[in-house]
Amino acid sequence: MTTQGPSADVSASQRRLRRPLDGASIRDMGPPSSEVKGRPTAVRPDARATYGSARSATDHRSVRPGRALRRRERTLHPGAWWVWALGLAVAAARTTNPLVLGLLIAAVCLVVALRRADTPWARAFRLYAVLGATIVALRTAFRIVFAGGGPTVLFTLPRLAMPESLGGVSCGGPVSAEALASGFYGGLQLATMVVCVGAANALANPKRLLAAVPGALEELGAVLTVAVSVFPQLAQSVERVNRARALRGGAGGRWRVVRQVLMPVLVDALDRSVELAAAMDARGYGRRAALTTVHRRVTTGILLTAVGALAVSAYALLDTSGTSAWVGGPLLASGAGLACVGLWAAGRRSVSSRYRPDPWGWLEWVAAASGIAAAAILARCAATDPVMMFPAPIPQAWPAVTGAVVLAGAIAALPGIAAPPPPLSTSRGAP
Amino acid sequence: MIRFTDVTIRYAGAHAPVVRDVTLHVGEGEFALVTGTTGCGKSTLLGAASGHVPHFTGGTVSGQVTVGGLDTRDHRPRDLAHIVGVVRQDPLAGFVADTVEGELAYGMERLGVPPRTMRTRVEETLDLLGIADLRHRTVHTLSGGQAQRAAIAAVLAAGARILILDEPTSALDPGSTEEVLAAVLRLVHDTGVTALVAEHRLERVLDYADRLVVVEAGRVRSGPPADLIAHAPLAPPVVELGRLEGWHPLPLSVRDARRAATRSGLPARLAATMPRQPAADAGSLPGADRDAHGEGLVARGIDVDYGPVRAVRGATFRLPAGRVTALMGRNGSGKSSLLWALAGARTPSAGTWSVNGVRLNGTGRAAMLAAVRLVPQEASDLLYLDTVEAECAEADTACRSTAGTCRRILDRMVPGIDPAMHPRDLSEGQRVALVLAIQTAANAPVLLLDEPTRGLDYVAKAALTAALTRLAAGGRAICVATHDVEFAAGVAERALVMAAGEVIAEGPAAEVLAGSTVFAPQVAKVVAPAQALTVAEVAAALRPRVASSDGAP
Repeated sequence: MTTQGPSADVSASQRRLRRPLDGASIRDMGPPSSEVKGRPTAVRPDARATYGSARSATDHRSVRPGRALRRRERTLHPGAWWVWALGLAVAAARTTNPLVLGLLIAAVCLVVALRRADTPWARAFRLYAVLGATIVALRTAFRIVFAGGGPTVLFTLPRLAMPESLGGVSCGGPVSAEALASGFYGGLQLATMVVCVGAANALANPKRLLAAVPGALEELGAVLTVAVSVFPQLAQSVERVNRARALRGGAGGRWRVVRQVLMPVLVDALDRSVELAAAMDARGYGRRAALTTVHRRVTTGILLTAVGALAVSAYALLDTSGTSAWVGGPLLASGAGLACVGLWAAGRRSVSSRYRPDPWGWLEWVAAASGIAAAAILARCAATDPVMMFPAPIPQAWPAVTGAVVLAGAIAALPGIAAPPPPLSTSRGAP
Repeated sequence: MIRFTDVTIRYAGAHAPVVRDVTLHVGEGEFALVTGTTGCGKSTLLGAASGHVPHFTGGTVSGQVTVGGLDTRDHRPRDLAHIVGVVRQDPLAGFVADTVEGELAYGMERLGVPPRTMRTRVEETLDLLGIADLRHRTVHTLSGGQAQRAAIAAVLAAGARILILDEPTSALDPGSTEEVLAAVLRLVHDTGVTALVAEHRLERVLDYADRLVVVEAGRVRSGPPADLIAHAPLAPPVVELGRLEGWHPLPLSVRDARRAATRSGLPARLAATMPRQPAADAGSLPGADRDAHGEGLVARGIDVDYGPVRAVRGATFRLPAGRVTALMGRNGSGKSSLLWALAGARTPSAGTWSVNGVRLNGTGRAAMLAAVRLVPQEASDLLYLDTVEAECAEADTACRSTAGTCRRILDRMVPGIDPAMHPRDLSEGQRVALVLAIQTAANAPVLLLDEPTRGLDYVAKAALTAALTRLAAGGRAICVATHDVEFAAGVAERALVMAAGEVIAEGPAAEVLAGSTVFAPQVAKVVAPAQALTVAEVAAALRPRVASSDGAP
């Protein structure tokens, strides 16, 4: 599956050849489903065939003549995107410098803009961006309301002291530039992490990610997959019932309207889930290999020990007194090791196999490594140059960056070019 | 392959067993058709064969059920997944993966089939069911027939040698039904798969069945279809025609019936007694309507758009008062869109429509509801109260009719529904009747029904036909969108056919339906060129002839 086109691909040609995302999403919206059964499709079948997934090695249509410049489409392993995004989130945790954080956000947004498909979860990236902006705004607003002191007072709000019973918190008072800046820095750090997680969500197909969970957890994965698909169905159900409500007429209060919609939707959802459970049962969900009692007990023992070790190590690592810190690291490592062994042993109970698992090629390594490298560089910077990474708030100090940080930002943005373009979804996604 | 030995099934809390003392054997490679009225225990019987009953539903099963040599007592449905494949009425509700290919692989993944074998089996099964071009499609974008074939492919790929199909075609249009049944039959004939199929529309499958299993009040009889069908509670029109004419053996297919009819000279006799009706069609000649009920609904140039897609284009037609009109056409041809637009629940982009001369477009919701009422395809979407009584009372209040109106209408259609029952516990036919009663209580001059026969057996369909005929006789204009050609033939005087959003045919049902290759009911095919659509019409046409021939020796 690593039959990539010329990787020395410049972004200009990328831009030129990229399908217009917006056009695709308009075409993808389709009509509101009026006929429950009819399902008039807005997507022409031929269009779908043309944009057919390139995941299939046997799918010859995906090799298009006359588009030699265009790289072969495929989706990156969802795990690679998650490693990359979590690496950047860890990197963001290592700094409060707004310039560094801004650089990370820019890198993340660039990659998402270049490499997301037209799937419903990809469109949800905007929600994470909005959430991030809200966090920044809230953190800053809190600093204004619960005024933090500082030398550079910008303005003064009327003071309002809370009664002692509410903890004696005071509102208002002088608002300083330092307080505002530190509120903004803190908010931006959190927002960067949120955007990183949002990027992983936008770039990685959640269902493929769940399909890649270890054997012992695959049934949980199947349950989550189904849960993910339930939400669009619920939305569809609500829309349908709401329209049907108009057919019956009759006035009614707000509560009655809620009941008119909620009752049929909930009953419908219950019916569907029972039906689905029956279907999954009939198709072998939950089949188990026959294992000996000894094997089962040993597996349970290993897993319990692992959980215990992990819990104690977490306590030791978080213990601020420092007396037990030396056991934390080794205990964490052994707990994690035991957990892996336990999961492997438990996975042997499962008899299932995988159809076309997502390949992990060198491009996956590139994406994952770029996230880890960015995190490593910033961690190193934080250790050697704390003044730059944790600057005092404006106007005491103006944030600045070094070459190493710019390099980390560039590395973080690398998957935007290195990763293959995603195939346009063959699905219409959520109705 | 499937063997029931003295099986009695009883659900917890039920006073009587659902089925009792069933002894049944379906051999390898047989196509066994299960028939019976709604609630007779068909689904329970099918469920018992897949282990669904009692492992999933609860209840007590006595006796022994073995499938492919495995006793369902010791094997849960998941342990039978490599032998038995179950396909239900709504395949979408049972899909686990999001693409067709993933769905085919799902069952094999659970069984632990090695990846290489999986690849080849997926390809082979895609070809076997003719759905290779759908492999990357999201399951929710498939049409009904495609989804059903994908569901069959999915269980076959997992290695199932026994297919259990519970009303696989009841939600499909005639074309998709053929598609699915043809696929099943080919599987049975070419690959030796054993099929146990429950199906309401016997007329589609009876001819192909190796064995008929009749379930009646908990008792099960099985045997060759030709022997059993003579006394079965439900029979397709060709069989009824055969009973009427005293043909022996009873014909099971249009082909057999056509031969018997030619032998007995039935088309000629009918042609003699049924002179071609003059084209005095009330609908096609506005103004020449002799009905005193008003002109009904007149629509001109109606367009309905969903974003860039035009679902209905330029629909111009009439629904005359006092008549039932059948609206036919394949899935997605715009039938539902048109009905929803006429009912005022969706604003059309263009066109006008009026009821008894009163223009409706542009008027408010209340005026539309007073003039046009729609029973939607998912009729239960309209029900939200706890009891039938409460729903009826609510309907009376909402349309300011006298208390008890709705209940009276309901009782006339389906007598004896317990008023304290929860609407969800009603049978499919009773539920449609309840919603129909609620929508009729408003006394609107136009009544529209979208696919009301889904899941209804012959008995329930007959009750619905009677109810609609009576309502039409009361002066209402009624339009029924349906895929069920036999139902349409029985209920409708007029027919509209839609294709790709356009009304392509309008006229008397006898002309429109009898002349069609897809929409012609069985009787029409048998007695052609005489234009009769139902057994009742044939009987009525023959009766005076018998009387006159008796009177003039």
